Amino acid sequence: MAVTSETRKPLEGYVQADPEVTIDGNVATIDARGIYYKQLNEAVRRCLAEGVDKVVLQDVNGQRYIGTGIRGADKHIEVFGTAGQDMAMFMDGPTVEVFGNAQDGVGNTMNAGKVIVHGDAGDVLGYGMRGGTLLVRGDVGYRVGIHMKAYEGHVPVMVCGGKARDFFGEYMAGGTLVLLGMGSNSDRPLVGGYLGTGMHGGVIYLRGEVEPWQCGKEVGIFEADEDDLARLRPVLEEYCEAFGVELAEVLSVPFTKLLPTSHRPYGKLYTYV
Amino acid sequence: MRYEPLLERMPTTRMPAFTDREAAFGLERPSYAAEAPFKIHGGCGLTGICDESGALMSGEVAIRAMAVQRDRGNGLGGGYAGYGIYPELPDHFCFHMMYHDTRAKEDAEAVFDSYFQVDLAEPMPIRRVKGIADAPILWRYFLEPDPHKLEDSDMSAEDFVVHAVMLINSTIEGAFVASSGKNMGAFKGVGFPEEIGHYYLLEEYEGHTWVGHNRFPTNTPGWWGGAHPFTLLDWSIVHNGEISSYGINSRYLEQFGYKCTLGTDTEVAAYLFDLMLRRHKLPIELACKALASPLWSEIDRMPEDEQALMRSLRAVYGPGMLNGPFAIVLGFNGGMVALNDRIKLRPLVAARQGSIVMVASEESAIREVLENPDIVWAPKAGEPVIARIEGFEQPIHGGLHLPAEEVSCAVTGTAEVCETVGVS
Repeated sequence: MAVTSETRKPLEGYVQADPEVTIDGNVATIDARGIYYKQLNEAVRRCLAEGVDKVVLQDVNGQRYIGTGIRGADKHIEVFGTAGQDMAMFMDGPTVEVFGNAQDGVGNTMNAGKVIVHGDAGDVLGYGMRGGTLLVRGDVGYRVGIHMKAYEGHVPVMVCGGKARDFFGEYMAGGTLVLLGMGSNSDRPLVGGYLGTGMHGGVIYLRGEVEPWQCGKEVGIFEADEDDLARLRPVLEEYCEAFGVELAEVLSVPFTKLLPTSHRPYGKLYTYV
Repeated sequence: MRYEPLLERMPTTRMPAFTDREAAFGLERPSYAAEAPFKIHGGCGLTGICDESGALMSGEVAIRAMAVQRDRGNGLGGGYAGYGIYPELPDHFCFHMMYHDTRAKEDAEAVFDSYFQVDLAEPMPIRRVKGIADAPILWRYFLEPDPHKLEDSDMSAEDFVVHAVMLINSTIEGAFVASSGKNMGAFKGVGFPEEIGHYYLLEEYEGHTWVGHNRFPTNTPGWWGGAHPFTLLDWSIVHNGEISSYGINSRYLEQFGYKCTLGTDTEVAAYLFDLMLRRHKLPIELACKALASPLWSEIDRMPEDEQALMRSLRAVYGPGMLNGPFAIVLGFNGGMVALNDRIKLRPLVAARQGSIVMVASEESAIREVLENPDIVWAPKAGEPVIARIEGFEQPIHGGLHLPAEEVSCAVTGTAEVCETVGVS
């Protein structure tokens, strides 16, 4: 039988115990296997507080809130396995790199820093993200970049290398959202429907074309021009560097730009005159 | 033949365990049905795993898949259904029963004695588990419809069993049918799913298909009968979400003799699948399109013949459409179906490893159980993930592109076809 069954007892998903931590110079390695998220994240914080620059988490499977609320631009976390819900939520500065897939809610209300996911990411990726950079190599789910926002110098950037489902950039209020359609194993379309529905700020760039029916009523569809590509270039370079992709290949297909047609699309929704 | 209203054929043995006077003192609902004193909004967690080759897996795989999703629930409901678990008596209907008291048990057993031949009756094997309290009396019965009563009723054995389930659930206070299918059973209660699995000794059962659920009750009480899965015959449903169309769905189902008595929206999904798959013999894919109908704007973009099919499907099964956010898994002896609402308001991840198909709310559940999946993907909203047991005689089969005359009369409205598919 192809199903693993070595762990007969206890039948707990996670054990509430401190994980094993190995510190070597300024790198801490934590064996996350079967450890409850609370103790795991406490260990991560302890390591960072003790001055470690890099924390490597081995055998992660579904633990929530990794990197949530942590600070410090020079801190790194590496995750091996499947990262759980709300990874890097409220994160303010550090870099989190996932060698595997990430579940839902990555980068929720993230403030600053960088998230790199080498596999796929789930739904509501970058929800309310208000700064920092989020790079995904593979496919992403529904409602990606929902309500991303920008304020003065804080402009979030997200690049999704694969394909996306419905509601990409829904209610987007600021920042830059890029979809490449490159690292995908599936033959589905680049993106689903309701693209940019309710969008009222920021910009969406798509590598390829979209049909008007795929887009919300609140966006206009344009060809990306020279200026757009100049703006995109450093963002794409960062993506290519993270995943070892050729920039020329990324740029081999023309980009489409989506912009909101109004800054207050629903300004009259509940107004009676 | 027309489908007669249920209870007219079967005299009831209604003997309420609770009197009006007790009801006046607030005792009208058994204590284990007590509504949770607080309400927190959250998600539920679910899983489904099916080995299409028919090879058996210990129930432990379902427990482990649910245990890593523990934080999706709050301890107010956990449960499982397993298929192929009773190879000794595979052709008997197995009733898993929950009783509040011995009187409810006697009342239900009176129904069994009157209408069935009971070949084995025994308490459910359980072990004591810390955290599991206020359990009802749990028994199981392997039975077959009494041949004379069945003949008199002019019904199929399955319809006869459905009548009995509705009769018990709607008229015997404190007695609930947890499951009523062949070679399957539901194991559920109030607790975290890994505790419930341990409580029922689930690891000692072997099944080709398992579904599991971790409950976070939001709109309805957390009580033993209200834990998932919800079942009828061998259909079992686990559900994460809310069925906002419960009202219209339950009224629609009443026309076909189903009674919604368990106080939880999920119940309607089990009965809708029974109606569409068993009685109307719709292909699974079509039934899923009736439950999670494509939006009208999507239908407009379909090829012409598919448009016609979808329009008639929506017209005929409009009141059966499930509205609101949901991810559901349907288990049955022929396999498993997982389905999302049309705009993916609840999570669902799927994987395949050889002949094993698995779905869960979180990928971590899949990684916990499958060593090396060939593929892991997030299913598209409204598109079912289907696992079919090899060699199982599928009463339900086919795809979306059957010729219209082969699709049920219920969709085409053709009387001739109606005769041949024999809606009983």
